[in-house]
Amino acid sequence: MDPMEAIKQTFFQECDELLLAMEEGLIAMENGEADSEMINAVFRAVHSIKGGGGAFGFDVLVGFAHIFENVMDLIRSDKLNPTPDVVKVLLRAGDKLSDHVALARDGGIDVQDSEVKAELNQLAGGGEEEDEIGGEAAPSEFDGLSFMPVQIDIGDDAPAFMSLEPELPSWRIRFTPHAGLYAKANEPYLLIRELGMLGALEVTADLSAIPDLLAIEPEQAYLTWNAVLRDCADRSKIEEVFEFVSGDCDLDISEIVPELAVAEPVMEEVLDAPASAVIVDLVTAAEKKPVAAAASTAVEVVKSTIRVDLDKVDRLVNLVGELVITQAMLSQRILETTSAQSTIGTGLGELEHLLRELQEAVMAIRTQPVKSVFQRMPRLVRETAAQTGKEAHLEIEGEATEVDKTVIERLGEPLTHMIRNAIDHGLESPEDRVAAGKPAEGTVKLSAEHRGGRIVIEVSDDGRGINRAKVREKAIERGVIAANANLSDEEIDNLIFLPGFSTASQVSNISGRGVGLDVVRRNINDLGGRITISSVLGKGSKFSLTLPLTLAVLDGMIVAVGDQTFVLPLSHIVESLLPKQSDINAFGSTGMLLNVRGVYVPLISVGRLLNVRGANYDVTSSVVILVESEGIGRMALAVDGIIGQRQVVIKSFESNIGHIDGIAAATILGDGRVALILDIDGLVAGCREGVARPIEYQQAAGA
Amino acid sequence: MGKTILTVDDSRTMRDMLRLALSGAGHTVIQADDGVHGVEVLENAGLVDVIITDINMPRMDGYGFIEHVRRGSANKMTPILVLTTESEPAKKTRARDAGATGWIVKPFDPEKLLAAIRRVSP
Repeated sequence: MDPMEAIKQTFFQECDELLLAMEEGLIAMENGEADSEMINAVFRAVHSIKGGGGAFGFDVLVGFAHIFENVMDLIRSDKLNPTPDVVKVLLRAGDKLSDHVALARDGGIDVQDSEVKAELNQLAGGGEEEDEIGGEAAPSEFDGLSFMPVQIDIGDDAPAFMSLEPELPSWRIRFTPHAGLYAKANEPYLLIRELGMLGALEVTADLSAIPDLLAIEPEQAYLTWNAVLRDCADRSKIEEVFEFVSGDCDLDISEIVPELAVAEPVMEEVLDAPASAVIVDLVTAAEKKPVAAAASTAVEVVKSTIRVDLDKVDRLVNLVGELVITQAMLSQRILETTSAQSTIGTGLGELEHLLRELQEAVMAIRTQPVKSVFQRMPRLVRETAAQTGKEAHLEIEGEATEVDKTVIERLGEPLTHMIRNAIDHGLESPEDRVAAGKPAEGTVKLSAEHRGGRIVIEVSDDGRGINRAKVREKAIERGVIAANANLSDEEIDNLIFLPGFSTASQVSNISGRGVGLDVVRRNINDLGGRITISSVLGKGSKFSLTLPLTLAVLDGMIVAVGDQTFVLPLSHIVESLLPKQSDINAFGSTGMLLNVRGVYVPLISVGRLLNVRGANYDVTSSVVILVESEGIGRMALAVDGIIGQRQVVIKSFESNIGHIDGIAAATILGDGRVALILDIDGLVAGCREGVARPIEYQQAAGA
Repeated sequence: MGKTILTVDDSRTMRDMLRLALSGAGHTVIQADDGVHGVEVLENAGLVDVIITDINMPRMDGYGFIEHVRRGSANKMTPILVLTTESEPAKKTRARDAGATGWIVKPFDPEKLLAAIRRVSP
């Protein structure tokens, strides 16, 4: 990859981190608990985004960040008081800044920021809106003095067609360094060397100011250089050489005009360097360091981290997975050949224990706090509340809870949807809330915690709760349930997860974007998780998500089909049962339906479907596993037998042999055999397309 | 050629860009994330040829870092270039009062960066 492209990626990654830090700081300011370091951190975040953005020419982003930065600068230097109103503007500006970053990264429509910009400019003091510094390099201090080349009339006799070598001007330069120049580690020799690169240079040193040896102060400056520089077109080039030392020397630059006697000496404007700069706070900042180290409350200890390519970690995870399998195989072999009393058994037990720990530790490398997702939610709440005319406040708990990176990446969308849903459908309007004796501002709570090897994320609101009568009515109207169906409260609540179900009388543009909670449930199920809801009418609703901590291992049910072993993801399994002959009904030529307590579900023989050698095609003597797939429904899978339930390490084979419908991945069992992990959704969808589908499988397998 | 250069910047983007530009020109680059880290890195690295530092950083900012170096470290006489997005003379003046040798305006172009280094280091 082009190195600049790689750095651009880094920049966007860094932007995400900076935006989070900014958001965190702004929220602390909103709650009135921000200290000066937090305000500074917000300033730096905006500043760094501006700086990096400039490097890549994101001028619009830089322009906006610049105005934002101005306001933050005023706040951090106590020139502007961060009142709640000011912080509100800042929060909106932060949102716009994220939009600008997203625009720079992904393209899309322009960010509508004129309103926020105007508000920021007003905060910054109305008048002085330095328009967009933009990506261009800032003007040098010398721009005001830039040299205008004067056309010199050479004479009439110069043939018009002959291009004469233009006569370049010559310059006389007198340069007297002050002691301060040396103290700042500038070096006259280097400046003279630079001058030499501009043209032909002659330099003489004026030693007249050097006192007697005894009177010499070693850190004083006594030398003056007189230089004549020929063939240098541009005065500004010469000035540029002396740019860094302009306050620490006397400098005369004058043009030597050969013909014209009146050389106009241009006095260099010596830029004064006021010595009275404010350094007090710097000194304290520097001296604070050891103190801060002792009092750990003052300065957050910076955790040292390294960045590792994800591929490397995945390779490690994979290898450890292999190691666990090999260990299991080895144990099995050894235990088969030695007596149970053997000390080898104890050693193996310890090895197994250590390996489990190793595996957990390696998996933990891939985990991250859910904070990165949670931090995006306050903005969402603000925006959704504004759009729906509600007042909402977000409480976040357990944002340090860690979970696998892949899970985090795929958590954003379902959470966004659930929070929108909570505000749009859950919370009442402020008037209704007050009428119901609740505070006008609704509370949405987002929490995460580890529970039994899984992560549980809850989104709750203190709104109106689910109106079960209404849900039931709707479900009957839509033909989802029979009019006389007898459903428990829990079953009614869960109806809202069905496709196309929405209780809002009209589809609002917030949560009713054509996707409903069914999509949320599908997303969660794809992650191997489950979602449930509990609700109390008038008090609020609570959605609970349970997710596996990692996608590298899976809880599965191991089943036997013919001479093969398959793994079914536990998250899809509803129950397993031994069917009675009377419950099995033929359907069409090859199809079958199973009557499960009055509900008919399609019954599929896995052996027949996948054309497994030696499988028992007689479903009456099979074990039936009832699985559920989102959006498609339930299905009964007939297998020869259940071997057990265990955690398996997922081995993807898509990169080697491509995607196979109905098969998600593979795993290696303890005895060393490879088992395929069935993709229930794919399997069920394939079957639902037609009863003839199993034959296609046979053909495909035979081909 | 082949100078040892310390860059101090809290922005990873900027550190990467500095490293790309400097090591591309044959320099050895060592990096620090902020002023405090810069001081630590310098203690281990000993004498370096050039220091490039950002101004706005957590823990210890650029001014503090420069003053610390100038106040009496092995690198008391090492040229220090300040990276700044600001063009305001006030910031440069303040950096110079702290002891900065010169400055580079961000976003920098690698040519200008190398020219600035050449101007302060043999």
